[in-house]
Amino acid sequence: MPSLTPGAGDPEQADRAGRRPWRLPTEVWTLAALLAVFGLFLGLCLARGETAFVSAYNLKTIITHTVIVGIGALGMTLLIVSGNMDLSAGSLIALTTVVTALVLKGPVGNGAVWGVAGGTGALAALWLSAHGRFSLAAVGMELVAAVLGAVAFLAAVHAGGPWLAVAAVAVGLLAAALCATVSGVITSRFRITPFIVTLGMMQIARGIAKWLAANQTVVPPPTWLNTLMTVDPGLADPRLGWLMVAPGVWLLLGLTVGVHLLLRLTVFGRHVFAVGSNPATARLCGVRVGAITTLTFALGGVFAGLAGVMQFANLTVGDPTAAVGMELDIIAAVVIGGGSLSGGEGSAIGTLIGAVLMTVLRNGCTMMGWENYVQSIIVGAVIIGAVAIDGIKHRLRG
Amino acid sequence: MPATAQPYLLLHGVSKRFGGTQALRDVDLAAYRGEVHALVGENGAGKSTLVKVLSGAHAPDGGEIELDGQPFQVRSPSEARQRGVAMIYQELNLAPHLTVAQNLVLGSEVSVWGLARDPRDRMRRALELLGHGSLDLDAPVRSLSIGTQQIVEIARALMAEARLVIMDEPTSSLSADDAQALFRVVRRLADSGLAVIYISHFLEEIQSLAQRFTVLRDGRVAGAGLMADTSLAGIVRLMVGRDLGELFPRTPHTLGDEVLRVSALHGYRLPRGVGFSLRRGEILGLAGLVGSGRSECLRSLFGLHPARDGTVTVRGSGVRITALTPARALGLGLDLLSEDRKDEGLATRLPVRLNACLSSLARLSRFGLVSARREAEATDHWCQALGVRCASREQPAGALSGGNQQKVALARILLHNSDIVFLDEPTRGIDVGSKADICRLVGGLAAQGKAIVMVSSYLPELLGVCDSLAVMHRGELSPARPVAAWTEESIMLYATSGRLAAPVTEPRSLVPCPA
Repeated sequence: MPSLTPGAGDPEQADRAGRRPWRLPTEVWTLAALLAVFGLFLGLCLARGETAFVSAYNLKTIITHTVIVGIGALGMTLLIVSGNMDLSAGSLIALTTVVTALVLKGPVGNGAVWGVAGGTGALAALWLSAHGRFSLAAVGMELVAAVLGAVAFLAAVHAGGPWLAVAAVAVGLLAAALCATVSGVITSRFRITPFIVTLGMMQIARGIAKWLAANQTVVPPPTWLNTLMTVDPGLADPRLGWLMVAPGVWLLLGLTVGVHLLLRLTVFGRHVFAVGSNPATARLCGVRVGAITTLTFALGGVFAGLAGVMQFANLTVGDPTAAVGMELDIIAAVVIGGGSLSGGEGSAIGTLIGAVLMTVLRNGCTMMGWENYVQSIIVGAVIIGAVAIDGIKHRLRG
Repeated sequence: MPATAQPYLLLHGVSKRFGGTQALRDVDLAAYRGEVHALVGENGAGKSTLVKVLSGAHAPDGGEIELDGQPFQVRSPSEARQRGVAMIYQELNLAPHLTVAQNLVLGSEVSVWGLARDPRDRMRRALELLGHGSLDLDAPVRSLSIGTQQIVEIARALMAEARLVIMDEPTSSLSADDAQALFRVVRRLADSGLAVIYISHFLEEIQSLAQRFTVLRDGRVAGAGLMADTSLAGIVRLMVGRDLGELFPRTPHTLGDEVLRVSALHGYRLPRGVGFSLRRGEILGLAGLVGSGRSECLRSLFGLHPARDGTVTVRGSGVRITALTPARALGLGLDLLSEDRKDEGLATRLPVRLNACLSSLARLSRFGLVSARREAEATDHWCQALGVRCASREQPAGALSGGNQQKVALARILLHNSDIVFLDEPTRGIDVGSKADICRLVGGLAAQGKAIVMVSSYLPELLGVCDSLAVMHRGELSPARPVAAWTEESIMLYATSGRLAAPVTEPRSLVPCPA
């Protein structure tokens, strides 16, 4: 087999290429930044004679506090790699907490069942109308999806107990995915910039959340969902001691691996990179650009929904005013992790490191007893610095 | 002619090296005041590098440059401007929303108490010198034609007291009338005592404009002299260094059954009622002027350009052209090489591997998971077969040279293995060696039984490579005739007037025609 290892052609050219920064994965840079920030705060705390910063409990706290932004940022990574973004992520999180709490609170009436059937059907219909071909089979598939959704929901509610919580989570995710899919269809069909579309969706989803919750917090009875974000699960429930950290942290890690593999190994991932790097090329090469865009939005919505479930676990109530402005933290985590807002670049692992870095900053500031405004200024400066470093890297490469 | 014995600009032994490539090697050049000096050469011959050295964008590695008897060592374009060297590029550098007057002094505004004062009489004089004294100084630049905008750009150079004007392909985006107006301006510039260096691919315009010429080939001076002593054919020989026949080797191939039939293809504006048929192993050339609808025709057939109506038959089965998308066209065994390599043909920031495999991921994957090994093997195989010079398959495609980028774009098409291939300007902007490689490859594809439609603006290439040829004029396509029935003259006649000359069988001329 012919091989094109470095040096196969012109040795001089290969030598130059060997020194180029693209040989180093971007994650290495982000990790270095994380270690630097961590070391800085460690030094500052130790200088004061404080050791709480590196205590096991505080480290667990840091990683637990990363979960919500981190999961949202994984979905945002897909969107940003594909050259899009979703400003409605914070609103979708709030919407999910409200919808989940409402289903848990019960009583689950016929309205909710019809809502699930309609929602599932609408998701399929949106998808087909935007990117599929109309046929009886397609409409049939929509009906089947709607019926299956409703039946599964009914079964879960009927089983009650822990299964009720599963149904509540599923409905919450469905709501977030539906909103994001609408954004995706509008973006890809009407060629409106995602910035504007999702800015609108940010208001709409927030409005729906407030409407459903009647402008109040929704307080459901406690379920196993509430243990998802306990910093020390062994203290809350001895049977969960083997988890060591909050179940949400394991979910975050699992999802990071999942998104990493999705982006690097699958055809879908390749297409997401191609669409983000150059939509015209992707189209020329036979990639269905609109379908990839919508699917990416839908996935981003599911991730925002999962972040919403974690937020709910944290709050134990449905709060329509939760997570205001969190989309910006989420986008910042992706950018710090090497994502480029012009598309075609980004990585799940980088995003995870970026999200942890943001939490370490905030946690470190708190440990130092600095005021909230100091945190804001430092976090803002770090975001700008990350983008500036990215720009310098691009120019070196250029 | 007010030429003085002392050259105004003198280059001696100028060299420039970029990594492994010697872009300029011992270049000598002498330009005189009052004369237009033509700089010619194929793409990649080193013209742009030389211009960048003169404009201060690149520093030469060796050699001496003298301007007006003084050593000329500038480190930045602004320093070059201060020494009186002005650059006119093919892309205009004007602020479209500002007025003519504002553009003329942009960057060198004079202000009194913070208020801009326009030296209007100097502006008038500059425009009058160029024969455009009546131009409205308060008109926004974007309301002017491209040709007039170019005049404004040259007037700006005059306002900055330029004494050496370097023009890089100034007519490539102009209409014929605007180009004629520009020639008058260039002559006036020279007559007023400036030295002009004029770079162009259009040899006829150089012949009528320039007094001296220098031909670059592979970074060296291949020849220089007085225009009056030389013929166009002589310059072409210096440019390519060999006869054109050797540049376009033919691979013997035989024609089979019809695989594609197009009739009454209408776009919304272009093309209009296009029809042709294509057989296995056939190379059909589409000639015509830029903007005549050649690209739109191919793009409609690939589903990239909206078509209004038309019947397309692929291997005997009809296809609704209005429902065609690139994904579906690929499924039918069609493929297209885009003329816009940087913005469409390649995702330049993604690695070579991903670019080569993008159309064929379905074949290289199982259950939605891409096999990294098969992907790497396929990329290596085609890069090797096409002679792509790259440091690694993970290198961003944009980091390669133009010719190698085009080969990567072709690798994608070969890997996907469609049997009907549309090539839109496959050799545009790449070096002579890669051009010959690609022409040889096209012949090889036909020999394998693929059917090819090739659009090119370079007639010798079409005449050298194709089996049959049709010419586009304002969206209408001439009947396809065997290539031997065409000459460059009869092609240009149809392309410019829509009239079909009687088929002739004279030996072909070797002078490239401006198309």
